[in-house]
Amino acid sequence: MMSLLGSGLVLTGQIFIVTLLGSLPLGVLIALGRMSKFKPLAWLMRAYISFMRGTPLMLQLMALMFGPYYLFGMQLGSDWKFWACDIGFILNYAAYFAEIYRSGIQSIPRGQYEAAEVLGYTKAQTFMRIVLPQVIKRILPAMGNEVITLVKDTSLAFVLGVMEMFTQAKAIAASQVSMLPYIIAAGIYWGFTILVEFILARIEKKLNYYHD
Amino acid sequence: MTSENALLSLQHARKSFGETQVLKDISLTVNQGEVLAIIGPSGGGKSTLLRCCTLLETLDGGELSFGDCVVTVDQGGQAIYQGKDALRRARTHFGLVFQNFNLFPHYTVMKNLTDAPVTVQKMPKAEAEAKARKLLARMGLEGKENMVPCELSGGQQQRVAIARALMLDPDVLFFDEPTSALDPELTKGVLKVIRDLAEEHMTMVIVTHEMKFARDVADHVIFMDGGVIVEQGPAADVIDNPQHDRTRAFLLSEE
Ligand SMILES: Nc1ncnc2c1ncn2[C@@H]1O[C@H](COP(=O)(O)OP(=O)(O)O)[C@@H](O)[C@H]1O
Ligand SMILES: [Mg+2]
Repeated sequence: MMSLLGSGLVLTGQIFIVTLLGSLPLGVLIALGRMSKFKPLAWLMRAYISFMRGTPLMLQLMALMFGPYYLFGMQLGSDWKFWACDIGFILNYAAYFAEIYRSGIQSIPRGQYEAAEVLGYTKAQTFMRIVLPQVIKRILPAMGNEVITLVKDTSLAFVLGVMEMFTQAKAIAASQVSMLPYIIAAGIYWGFTILVEFILARIEKKLNYYHD
Repeated sequence: MTSENALLSLQHARKSFGETQVLKDISLTVNQGEVLAIIGPSGGGKSTLLRCCTLLETLDGGELSFGDCVVTVDQGGQAIYQGKDALRRARTHFGLVFQNFNLFPHYTVMKNLTDAPVTVQKMPKAEAEAKARKLLARMGLEGKENMVPCELSGGQQQRVAIARALMLDPDVLFFDEPTSALDPELTKGVLKVIRDLAEEHMTMVIVTHEMKFARDVADHVIFMDGGVIVEQGPAADVIDNPQHDRTRAFLLSEE
């Protein structure tokens, strides 16, 4: 039983990490698009964020899983479910992260941009060197919330038949007619979350060398 | 006063925010080594004038240039801005010190000074750090290299901001009320640094409420009110012997 749960945990961890690696940078781009002076892009990003936050992640995952076949008749291999899962999580979480980035970016005082402009920084340099590092410190608590939610949201991958930890626990529970796998899985999720909390606290402490 | 080799030349500058005309036909020139002080009541357009000169606001009309680097030309009363490259070049001619410092809070003092030279001007890091150390010593900030701005007093932060601006060797250094956010004790240290710069013939344009300081340090004083230059002349003349009622009233209120 533990080895099955363990292999599930590996998949859970994979979904978690791939989602963060994809959605953290993608969220920045969406936030920038959302704040763009080019109105069509801003509206498009706004609609995207609204849709991603306004429909269940489970439905989004299923749409990615089955959409290509039903809409376009595409025959995708059995590996497709892993792709659908990662892409679905990344697209969904990037929308949440984008709104957090936006609130952080808008909280940076204008004087910071003006000082950078007078010193000759380009817009891109100003954003990467001056604005983004300060934004990260400000949004860390809000990001932490989302990241911890993601730990448990990975269980939604069960709708695609991806054998992550929750799917494994469900299968074992059914075959053994026992609650125990669920209890162990719950403990592992909690442990995972505590680890994430610990890492977040470390980052927060590291960024505490200044306040503004 | 209009001379060919003026470091800063602004002619017939106009600027409105919506319906409010904030700058009405302002002209000034600053030559190498000159210190110009701009005084006047709050809301008179002093900050807007500096912000237009430092390209943080755009002029509606008028001509602005730094030496032979032209920023705007006037066409039928409209200020026509030159291309991006010209503006980037113009920015290398001046520095600006803000009322509230605007240091980068996440950078150490050293990094606040070296980041722009290294990133923007591609100065070698070691060279930038050596230069920064010299400037910090001049500002009385030895040993503060590794502190972050929030660990410094307001006066120290403002001196770091002045050093940061000097790192890029500006031809003209603008100050917008550099001591207004400081209490009197901290003001002294900042004013001393600016006095030292004046003695070294740094070209400066300083908006200030410190009348005694303006009288001592500036060569030329402009009194601005309601978007116009009401009175200007040698510092001692304007401050000790004002000709206009509005200047007199303002100077009395500042005592
Ligand atoms: N960005 C802005 N938008 C609208 N009005 C502005 C803006 N900046 C300044 N003003 C107005 O312009 C006038 C001059 O302001 P300012 O240049 O800050 O004067 P000073 O620095 O002499 O106190 C004020 O009436 C002010 O309200
Ligand atoms: Mg002002």
